Amino acid sequence: MFRTALALAAALSLVGCGSTQQASGVTGDVTVFAAASLTGTFTELGRRFEAAHPGVRVRLNFAGSSALAQQINQGAPVDVFASAAPANLEQVADAGGITATPAVFARNRLRIAVPKGNPGKVAGLVDFGRADAKIALCAEQVPCGAAARKVFEAAGVALRADTLEQDVKAVLTKVRLGEVDAALVYRTDVAAAGDEVEGIAFPEADQAVNDYPIAPLAKAPNAAGAQAFVDFVRSDEGRAVLAEAGFDSP
Amino acid sequence: MLVVPALLGLAFLLVPLAGLLIRAPWATVPDRLFSAEVGEALRLSLVCASLATVVCLVLGIPLAWLLARGDLPGRGFLRALVTVPLVLPPVVGGVALLLVLGRRGLIGQYLDAWFGVSLPFTTAGVVVAEAFVAMPFLVISVEGALRAADPRYEEAAATLGASRWLTFRRVTLPSVMPGVVAGAVLCWARALGEFGATITFAGNFPGETTTMPLAVYLALETEPDAAIVLSIVLLLVSVGVLAGLRDRWIGGPT
Amino acid sequence: MTVHAELRVTRDRFRLELDLNVAPGEVVALLGPNGAGKTTALRALAGLLPLSAGHIRLDDQPWDEPPKVFVPAERRPIGVVFQDYLLFGHLTALENVAFGLRARGAHRGTARALAGDWLDRVGLADHAHTKPRELSGGQAQRVALARALATGPRLLLLDEPLAALDASTRLTVRAELGRHLADFPGHTVLVTHDPLDAMVLADRLVIVEHGRAVQHGPPAEVARHPRTDYVADLVGLNLYRGTAAGTAVTLADGGVLTVAEPASGTVHVAFPPSAVSLHPEPPSGSPRNTWQVIVTDIEQHAHTTRVRLDGTPPVLADITTATLADLRVGPGDALWAALKATEIRTYPA
Repeated sequence: MFRTALALAAALSLVGCGSTQQASGVTGDVTVFAAASLTGTFTELGRRFEAAHPGVRVRLNFAGSSALAQQINQGAPVDVFASAAPANLEQVADAGGITATPAVFARNRLRIAVPKGNPGKVAGLVDFGRADAKIALCAEQVPCGAAARKVFEAAGVALRADTLEQDVKAVLTKVRLGEVDAALVYRTDVAAAGDEVEGIAFPEADQAVNDYPIAPLAKAPNAAGAQAFVDFVRSDEGRAVLAEAGFDSP
Repeated sequence: MLVVPALLGLAFLLVPLAGLLIRAPWATVPDRLFSAEVGEALRLSLVCASLATVVCLVLGIPLAWLLARGDLPGRGFLRALVTVPLVLPPVVGGVALLLVLGRRGLIGQYLDAWFGVSLPFTTAGVVVAEAFVAMPFLVISVEGALRAADPRYEEAAATLGASRWLTFRRVTLPSVMPGVVAGAVLCWARALGEFGATITFAGNFPGETTTMPLAVYLALETEPDAAIVLSIVLLLVSVGVLAGLRDRWIGGPT
Repeated sequence: MTVHAELRVTRDRFRLELDLNVAPGEVVALLGPNGAGKTTALRALAGLLPLSAGHIRLDDQPWDEPPKVFVPAERRPIGVVFQDYLLFGHLTALENVAFGLRARGAHRGTARALAGDWLDRVGLADHAHTKPRELSGGQAQRVALARALATGPRLLLLDEPLAALDASTRLTVRAELGRHLADFPGHTVLVTHDPLDAMVLADRLVIVEHGRAVQHGPPAEVARHPRTDYVADLVGLNLYRGTAAGTAVTLADGGVLTVAEPASGTVHVAFPPSAVSLHPEPPSGSPRNTWQVIVTDIEQHAHTTRVRLDGTPPVLADITTATLADLRVGPGDALWAALKATEIRTYPA
């Protein structure tokens, strides 16, 4: 009995030693809350981070940035928060959840998304004012909707829509099914949607570039892991993954 | 032995509600309550949920009758199919509706081409989405009542010369009325709270398709306080209506 | 103007093979144990159950002739009184009676007026607006009868119409039912497992066992000459019609019986064969009914011997084998029958 316990303790300490052997000193789990629009890239980044740090596990939680901010403020044990908008990160900072300076690690800009073949013959933002065109936008309350509002103001086109969707995925669904003739979504979303959705660049998009900030949390259960993950996202390798998905580098 | 779990069950249902009430920003409640947007969303919710309930009654009662009394093969399988909207994530239900009734949907393309009717992004679309999700509640409730009802009363009506339709109207339906009312109430409540299928199929546009749950969800993004107030409004109105109905129709223990 | 039926129904392992003819104004009772097929026969006549073979005709009109003809229940001119009445709970007594009239096309006002008349005829004019659940068993039965008769059916079907009633209600309701059946010009088929109901109400009995008729004929005839032990047990009842004045009942076919409970008017009196004792000499002393009888037949049953006796009135007596040995009688011998007044049941007719 005693011997078994000893052996077990020895084995455990060996495992412990194994993971502390990394130069970074990163061990255990790293919990990352990331905006839904980062689902593809952060899954890939998490995999690569785990490969670079054997024994470390990256636990990812994707949702709308504001929902994530609320969960963090309600006390969820999180190491890293990557938001689709600075405002949501500020909500957490205001509540004392973040003391480090947030870093912008990626930028995203809007594109016009049209169904395959562009049946509505949409060429630019002006076509959004056409009465016969069905238009989907994000609701103003979510970042992509706020961005859409900005570009319409910049273009001097009256904002008109048939539906104000709750998130960018819902907008894409409407485009993909051909329910609308045009929509405004992020460049990354067009890239992720594949062949069914075509993207059209437009000059006013520069007026609403969306910054993605990231920061380790003040109460991170795994502070070392948090910092290491943030650094990894901002590394050249991290930037390459993000660029491939359609993000601009800051 | 039953009291403790019963009280636990009650607490489980009521404590989140209490949380909502305790955390409500009461100072701002009156302002928000009488704002135009809230009034609009509430009116739209009530109208759509009521219309959806009517649709469910018109289509659901005959369906329940068919399931309970019909002599058709594979009835068990059919019954399971009817409950699909209960199991299906509502968003998926909304997508399914788009695939069928959308502008390019199996049926929707003809509605659009022949009649110029397009359901998505319209108030009618909200009613369709709510009816789709809420109908199983009505069908299951009415079917249960029909199966519990004694079919010999229908035979008695037949021997008195009543046709099937007259029998259904004058004998069967009145005898299952409590089940119909209970089903309609559930159906209405489900329709009133419906979010996923509605926003997916009918979209979200204030005054046209923004019902209370959609307004609550979007308010959560930026103004959690407003979301709480909206939820409380929805809650109070639905509890009020349901309690009123119960007194009027079901005649609860007095 | 006769109902002809060759009822052939096959269901699972059960087979009904019953031929039935009912003349206008005639009341035929299907009498038999539970599961004999009586209710199946009734449902087939009503059109609630299609025949497998055979036919049902009213005169030349076919109602059911598989595989060609099947007139569903709602298009047959029938009235049915169900065992538990099946009154519609959400309708008043008046609306229940008016239901069939409305279903057959009468206008609301006409239907209600006629229904009111019928409620009056069954003595429930005061209960027109009562819901069924507030009616007593006897009242509900009368509403059910009024509902069945209101449409003026050609064929009236009664399924155990008295079975749901308690003993005392049953007496009065049975008598009333008898009067209504006597007034009814159409054909009546009554299903019952109670021999007394059958014998009091019916002009003709059809004894059903295992889906077949084992015997039929007028009640007195069946009672006097039961063809099987079952029938003998079933209808082994001395039953007479008479006029009561106090405790004396003058029987319609001759004879006077003294009963324990005073009554008046037309009554049925009944007593089981086991209540009759037989004596070689006139018994003396006790307050009994005694009269002279002649043995016409002796029938051996499992535990008793049934002796058929002619006299005023004729009577059946069940005696033990030991008594039979003591008496040493055979057909043609004269005996004295004795019967206690307290053994006799009196029913208003």
